[in-house]
Amino acid sequence: MVETATIGALRAPARPAASNTARAWARLRRNRAALAGLVIVATLVFAAIFAPFLAPHNPYLVSLDTRLLPPGGEHVLGTDELGRDILSRLIYGARVALWVGMVTVFLSGLIGISGGLVAGYLGGYWDAIIMRLVDVFLAFPVIILAIAIVAVRGPGLTNVLIALALVYWTSYARVARGTVLLLREEEYTWAARTLGASPVRIMLRHLLPNALAPMIVLASLGMGNAILAEAALSFLGLGIQPPEASWGSMLNFGMQFLRDASFLSTFPGLAIFVTVLGFNLLGDGLRDALDPRMRT
Amino acid sequence: MSRYIVQRLLHTVLVLFGVSLLTFALIHLTPGDPVLVMLGQDATPSELERLRHLLGLDQPLYVQYLQYISRLATGQMGDSIFQHQPVTKLIGDRFPATVELTLAAMLIAIVVGMLTGIISAVVPYSIFDVTAMLLALAGVAMPVFWMGMLAILLFSLQLGWLPSFGRGEPIVSAVQYWIRSGDASDILDALRHLILPAVTLGAFSAALISRLVRSALLEVLNQDYVRTARAKGLGQAPVIGRHALPNAMIPVVTVIGLQVGTLLGGAVLAETIFAWPGIGRLLIQAISQRDYPLVQGIVMLTALAVSLINLVVDLLYGVINPRVRYG
Repeated sequence: MVETATIGALRAPARPAASNTARAWARLRRNRAALAGLVIVATLVFAAIFAPFLAPHNPYLVSLDTRLLPPGGEHVLGTDELGRDILSRLIYGARVALWVGMVTVFLSGLIGISGGLVAGYLGGYWDAIIMRLVDVFLAFPVIILAIAIVAVRGPGLTNVLIALALVYWTSYARVARGTVLLLREEEYTWAARTLGASPVRIMLRHLLPNALAPMIVLASLGMGNAILAEAALSFLGLGIQPPEASWGSMLNFGMQFLRDASFLSTFPGLAIFVTVLGFNLLGDGLRDALDPRMRT
Repeated sequence: MSRYIVQRLLHTVLVLFGVSLLTFALIHLTPGDPVLVMLGQDATPSELERLRHLLGLDQPLYVQYLQYISRLATGQMGDSIFQHQPVTKLIGDRFPATVELTLAAMLIAIVVGMLTGIISAVVPYSIFDVTAMLLALAGVAMPVFWMGMLAILLFSLQLGWLPSFGRGEPIVSAVQYWIRSGDASDILDALRHLILPAVTLGAFSAALISRLVRSALLEVLNQDYVRTARAKGLGQAPVIGRHALPNAMIPVVTVIGLQVGTLLGGAVLAETIFAWPGIGRLLIQAISQRDYPLVQGIVMLTALAVSLINLVVDLLYGVINPRVRYG
């Protein structure tokens, strides 16, 4: 289905009446998997924004009388080892997950896109140095480099964000560079250069806007990756610290009660899984909609 | 071809130089005094001074780096602060377990991923294809640690079929014992311990490889030369095996190479859940003790392993892709 749609999209004559965005949206709307992803992501954003209204209980309220209650009744998904309502903590956890995803994508995108623009447009030494730096970072397994950075900087949200930004910037740099290498020889770039535009102006006003489509795809997939990585760090006890509700650390603490109260870890794991699935589906769909040739 | 090999070797040397700089810099990312962080607030000034001297932190930066890299060149990574043993020995004791786990996961990923990918591409949009691709979609989004937990819950706690933690005899020595004595019980025990962690670790890569093989093969199957092969009367098997698959494999080999890093990283999580005695658990233990030389050593080793395997994959790539070989 995707293949035929893609070929159709390539063959379709360019209709100047419809904008690129409108055509991409039309393609995205026809893709049921991408729509499912969009619904998951929208639900997550909704839950994060309206968490105080949606959560049935206070997610931080410790109550030793209601420890480890099984799902059902007043606590729909049960309570944890400190008697806190699991559903409420999951809803608040959406805030942590989204925040980590957004900041990581923003920071790694900022570093990577700047690097890629400079490497691709200026070439020469700049290109060599930046791209070798990319290679060096790629030599480290993502999770291990992130673990190492958090290990020396100490656990907590800020250091997790620093670590993830430093780990994930490389893919943006590579794709931005590749796109710029193509765009650099376009007529409009030559025109701007002939008119005396500075390299910075050409990069920001002419190259960047035209390189955005692949970046949007990377950002959507990057949200999923960042959320997964944060959950892994928190699971190892290196990420978000209690009492903050991070899905990864909820799962970590729940592991101790796996035999008698498996719901403590099952639900947070499910939340991570569905969220990452949502961003992946959306990212795949965006890739097919925005740039059919970018399929990997 | 030889020019390609030389270029690729030089590139690896350059990357390893960068890797050494970055792992060296790691210890200096500590907020505040690394020695104080490692020993804690109760340490006396003389203890602090002693460790600072031991780690060479009282030297200028470039001297520290030169010492670091010259030690690395002779295969040394300093001593663990808390276990009072050479880092290389601690890692050497644990690394075989990680290699065993990672190789098993890789094997599962390649076999399962390739098979499902090929079948899916041969019968696209069939029930098999749809099921396999839904599973692959799930596999890519599934956190390793959650999947491990579910596996323990089902196969160990509920069904009681497999052990939930630990490692049996190393596979290699179990096989040696079997050859000597004819007693295969050790192999069976080792495999029983290995299967859950290996499947858990390999699932993500299997899913990724499966999706990639399917799309690469589908694309190749539309090419003219495949139609020509069919037109001259070749059956399905030789068309796929001899004409389509070798070309579809080119992107797949690259991705399989990249999975080594993913698997080594995932091993930290899988080892933590299944109490597998490899370097992943050693890393987490080293971090909780703030044993920075040990952390540095493990990080360096994984980057070294990834770089060398990528080198091998790239050389292999030259062998299977004539465009690289003669380019």
